[in-house]
Amino acid sequence: MKARVFVTLKSGVLDPQGKAIHHALEGLGFSGVNDVRAGKLIELDLADGTSDSDIEDMCRKLLANTVIENFRIERLENA
Amino acid sequence: MKSAVIVFPGSNCDRDLAVALEQVTGRKPAMVWHKEAELPEGTDFIGIPGGFSYGDYLRSGAMAARSPVMRAVKDAADRGVPVIGICNGFQVLTESGLLPGALMRNAGLSFVCRNVPLKVENSQSLFTSGYDAGEHVVFPVAHHDGNYQADETTLDRLEGEGRVAFRYLDEVNGSARSIAGILNDSGNVLGLMPHPERVIERAHGSMDGRRLFEGLLETVA
Repeated sequence: MKARVFVTLKSGVLDPQGKAIHHALEGLGFSGVNDVRAGKLIELDLADGTSDSDIEDMCRKLLANTVIENFRIERLENA
Repeated sequence: MKSAVIVFPGSNCDRDLAVALEQVTGRKPAMVWHKEAELPEGTDFIGIPGGFSYGDYLRSGAMAARSPVMRAVKDAADRGVPVIGICNGFQVLTESGLLPGALMRNAGLSFVCRNVPLKVENSQSLFTSGYDAGEHVVFPVAHHDGNYQADETTLDRLEGEGRVAFRYLDEVNGSARSIAGILNDSGNVLGLMPHPERVIERAHGSMDGRRLFEGLLETVA
């Protein structure tokens, strides 16, 4: 089974990379961009039957630094 | 003083730290590979060096912090053994929970590589006893992810408890409160982004970093 983990900065944490992307988009002529925040996508190919709490454990223990990041898990059934 | 320098795949400042320790203490440190489960018997000082452990993949210091050797480092730190984490080592210490907060991408987004003036905020710790209170020193920095961040409560606590060891005097990387180095609550773990081991002999152009190691030797040995 596959799962996707989205790791994003907690709101309130400054994201200079997001800002740089924002400026670059504006430089390309896109005027309607209010804000940009950049995160990570980690794709996991897991043994069938891996529990939600196992995946959460992976997130808390390694994939996300919970001091500054949030994570969201998406299970892809039948993928 | 029996030192150990931890070496991760991608560490590249381990030799500079070993040279600094040998020059000041007269004794070659043990170089301990990250897969070791134990530190040498009688280790009374641990150094976590700079570099690019695991290529900074995922997050700087994230995977190094989960290496087998870090269990032994944490146990030693809990027992009061002094631990210094320099640059990538500071990142490893925050990722392993031995120090609070996190080191993020520099606010200016560039890799910063220059000599920076610092203020010694706490000259009482076993790492900084060789300096005067409020002394200005110059250490080199070389990092991309040196932006120290923590929530306001943690920052206030660090300040209030005198756990800010070094502060930047210039704008360097966007660190909250211009924090360059911090101590744990017991005062035996120091993490800092600047490199004291690169300024320990006349040929380096400055010897400001030497007193950090000399002070350590005096208090530990």
